[in-house]
Amino acid sequence: MIELLDYPFMQRALLAALLVGIAAPAVGIYLVQRRQAIMGDGIGHVALTGVALGFLLSSNPVWTAVLVSSLGAVAMELVRWYGKARGDIALAMLFYGGMAGGVMIINMAPGGSTGKLNTFLFGSITTVSVEDLGAIVVLSMFVLAVCLGLRRQLFAVCQDEEFARVTGLPVRLLNLLLAVTAAVTVTVSMRVVGLLLISALMVIPVAAAQQVTRGFAATLAASIGVGVAVALSGTVVSYHADVPPGASIVLLAIAVFALVTLAAVPLTRRRARIAARQESAEPADGVVLEKTASGSTPSAP
Amino acid sequence: MSATGNPVMALRGVCAALGARPVLRGIDLEVVGGEVVALLGANGSGKSTTVRAAVGQVPLTGGELELFGKPLRRFRQWRRVGYVPQRSTATAGVPATVREVVSAGRLARRGLRPLGRADRTAVARALDLVGLADRAGDSVDELSGGQHQRVLIARALAGEPELLIMDEPLAGVDLASQQILADALSEEVSRGSSVLLVLHELGPLAPVIDRTVVLRSGRVERVEHPEQLHDLACHPLDAAGRLPGAAEAPKIETGLLT
Repeated sequence: MIELLDYPFMQRALLAALLVGIAAPAVGIYLVQRRQAIMGDGIGHVALTGVALGFLLSSNPVWTAVLVSSLGAVAMELVRWYGKARGDIALAMLFYGGMAGGVMIINMAPGGSTGKLNTFLFGSITTVSVEDLGAIVVLSMFVLAVCLGLRRQLFAVCQDEEFARVTGLPVRLLNLLLAVTAAVTVTVSMRVVGLLLISALMVIPVAAAQQVTRGFAATLAASIGVGVAVALSGTVVSYHADVPPGASIVLLAIAVFALVTLAAVPLTRRRARIAARQESAEPADGVVLEKTASGSTPSAP
Repeated sequence: MSATGNPVMALRGVCAALGARPVLRGIDLEVVGGEVVALLGANGSGKSTTVRAAVGQVPLTGGELELFGKPLRRFRQWRRVGYVPQRSTATAGVPATVREVVSAGRLARRGLRPLGRADRTAVARALDLVGLADRAGDSVDELSGGQHQRVLIARALAGEPELLIMDEPLAGVDLASQQILADALSEEVSRGSSVLLVLHELGPLAPVIDRTVVLRSGRVERVEHPEQLHDLACHPLDAAGRLPGAAEAPKIETGLLT
């Protein structure tokens, strides 16, 4: 177990997995809150064009992927604003276009073939280079700064957009920032989880966490915990079983979700029992109401 | 509850359309400091569109709109306005506690700074005002419709607004809770706040309301003091005619007369 830390490539892979395990659920929670859980998947498809473009221009595919997927995410956000009726069709075209563009461009690149995309589609622990790691650290710091630093603002926007606008929040700017942050997260994660599976790491930890939580902050913390746990253990499994890490991480995440869901059943029953006991202790809602009403009414003459 | 001072909100000849359908056809409406104004009218008469236009959520196709003496497009002091939207039936995909939702009402005052003691006090006070202090840690998904409505009102109150704009705050709220809201409103008004709210019936709020404005087909039809409205709950458009004293509401010019 410990000896795998002796390999520099495993050190890099585990550090990358840790950062991805934190960043993916931290962004994903806002997408889930806005019921756009599938958005990460769409960005992943678009990022593929960016990766291929990196090969064609023989530059680091991480940076071209960041650029192209950010543009794609912003385009999706614009579709959400303006194209309410045909929005889903426009999004679907963006997804397919991204995928097709990637396959097209990679085959045009010198010595490129569709097979080269494999490590980006499902992740590959052996390919996290020192250069990649630098990009991953910088980009995931940006993601965490946005998702944790602006959590109250993003929470308000995703919870009730109209209220957020009337509060004077720059809602459009925050939505665009969230879209770009999601795109950056997808790109950061593509080495570890892969572009086709990243959306799972954004969504499943959040889904698992909210089986047992009541509040947003608690859900955020718990989903990051789940994300880190499955990303690290999945990477280790991937090393031992010699499978792409994306597969093991996502299967582990689904297993955690199933376990938490099963465990939540008795927990919910217990909560219901406690609530029922409390209600029988203070029987009438009216008693509470009277108490509060008299407590807050200004003393009328 | 004496209405004094300058208008905190003024609509002059406001027109607005939803899609191609004109909904507001020249609304004149003023709310002055410390005043509580209720908007009444049948479904589709333009009540909700009026308040949503007032907070900049429906673009105007004509007329002028001022908040605190500033034209809407130059108005930036949103912390002075508290808004209670019509309750959405859709819940968000992630659970949130009552306190977390109500705390969002402080954002206009905090900017990027973290919430401090004053914010927590204001949130606790708002929860207390709507009678939900004991539910602060519960998920909003576990609340009934009426309780959820009270959460949205607490969220607006938490910002300590000078003007409270509420779109059907009593929808789905039982009588006991309506009384709580009436008490909360009179408390706010006694602190100098002004209120514009959309109602279907006055109910326990009647004593708090200074003036009612009845809309019909996107125009102001009548302006009344609530005690002069004849059985408004049943007949909001009752053509009982103007009762003596109705002329005491001079700040309103009805769109029908122009």
